[in-house]
Amino acid sequence: MRMLAHQTRYELLTFVRNRQGPFFTVALPVIFLVIFVGVFGNNRVGPEHVKASTYYVPGIAALAILSAAFANLAISITAQRELGILKRRRATPVSASVLVAARALSALAIGVVVMAVVIAIGSLAYGVHLNSSALPAVALAAVIGSLAFACLGYALSTAISAADAAQPVVLATTLPLYFISGVFIPSVRLPSFLAHVAEVFPVQHLVVAIRAGLAPGAHASSVAWGDLGVIAAWGAVGLALALARFSWEPRAATT
Amino acid sequence: MASGLRCRYGANEAVRGIDLEIASGEIFALLGPNGAGKTSTIEILEGLRTRSDGDVRVLGVDPDRGDAHWRSRIGVVLQASQPEPELSVAECVSLYAGYYPRPRDVDETLALVGLGGLAARRCERLSGGERRRLDVALALIGDPELVFLDEPTTGFDPAARRAAWELFLGLRELGKTVLLTTHYMEEAECVADRIAVLSRGAIVASGTPQSLGARESMDVEISFTLPAGITLEELPASLAASTPNRDRMVRVRAEDPVSPLFSLTRWAIERDVALADLEVRRPSLEDVYLELTAAAEARA
Repeated sequence: MRMLAHQTRYELLTFVRNRQGPFFTVALPVIFLVIFVGVFGNNRVGPEHVKASTYYVPGIAALAILSAAFANLAISITAQRELGILKRRRATPVSASVLVAARALSALAIGVVVMAVVIAIGSLAYGVHLNSSALPAVALAAVIGSLAFACLGYALSTAISAADAAQPVVLATTLPLYFISGVFIPSVRLPSFLAHVAEVFPVQHLVVAIRAGLAPGAHASSVAWGDLGVIAAWGAVGLALALARFSWEPRAATT
Repeated sequence: MASGLRCRYGANEAVRGIDLEIASGEIFALLGPNGAGKTSTIEILEGLRTRSDGDVRVLGVDPDRGDAHWRSRIGVVLQASQPEPELSVAECVSLYAGYYPRPRDVDETLALVGLGGLAARRCERLSGGERRRLDVALALIGDPELVFLDEPTTGFDPAARRAAWELFLGLRELGKTVLLTTHYMEEAECVADRIAVLSRGAIVASGTPQSLGARESMDVEISFTLPAGITLEELPASLAASTPNRDRMVRVRAEDPVSPLFSLTRWAIERDVALADLEVRRPSLEDVYLELTAAAEARA
């Protein structure tokens, strides 16, 4: 436990010091929120005619979770593997489970903080109604989403062979899903086949689960169990893939 | 420490049966050219690589079964690893200190490796030599009994290499056992108590730096340039048998050089001729090493 806290503290320090991590993970979601609300803010969305400003908050909150737990984790784990940092740590007494769990915990902490900032901006500036009794439902979605996407991030890192390739691979997997999963474009505007494609993947389910807790009239039991189940199932697949393929050794190894 | 150690990658056998015994408190060098199997061997001993055959005991434990307690007793400098780029030197060492049950003091360890003044510098801004010193600090922070150094000075300039040797010799004073791999003969000669020469996955010679390859009993060579206008026949009889090369360099081998050297210098003084480039030398470790590895290559 002491070792887990120690490692998590240094993971967070490493994240804060990194040149790209804080921009892509903290600043970018806030910038997206401001831009999308600025452009589409007065429109009404969907059958319930929700104001676009309130519509975008849960989508960008989901993007914040993905940036921290999936994108940032996959990129940093690949870089650490290729620099030999993972292998170096394996030669110390620290256990593999502590290293893996600490990185997932740090991703969870970063994701939750950025999501809280996005929701706070939504509440203060864009009139998103926060119902305190429904906040545990939002928090639950954030925790399950973070852990599942951390597993998927670990799984994705095993498919990336060089540190340079991590950023493009992450963008290629996340950007299309952001477009079809109701993060950038309201789902109701999509052709139905794209909407069906989006239903297969976990991003849309995370958006729906967060939106359930932020919707007007949300309450303590506004937990989207079905969506959380899909996310958890993806997480389990990611975990299985990561366990089967994870490597501490640099891929582009010399000798 | 190891007997009959083998390591196979597919059809390529990188380590083909190695026997090693390293005593506590000694500095042992595995010397060999690139691709000789040094890193495979050391990583098997570190528990980072699985052997295909053989018995290995490191600190009494099979490295494949080494637990956290065992890993707390060894320190490792990998051939290629970077310290955490985002952390400062002191933070990086503190991170690793947290992994060990009884770590050394961080500031004291940084001072020991000569990074005392750079504690606040970001790891990514260190020079190659400073990075390697930090690697050594990370290997020492857990206060291990046994330290593995895999090609710790590759890519160093000569001054940085000398400084690193001082550091390694200092480890002996701390009572550490050290296993070092290197492809620099000089490094093995300067630092190690004992050396094993590795070539194509097998040990071709081992011993102290003085005795390696029976160097102690090898003939001494006297060499000089034949003065202009003097033919071989005019030399003292004990030297006349040799043949000069194109540059008129005469080489004479003798078990005991005193007598031929005396007749040569007396002859030179009597005839009042200068002996340019006069040299008396025992074969260097480098000569022995090159001979040994060339012989192993030829056999393969």
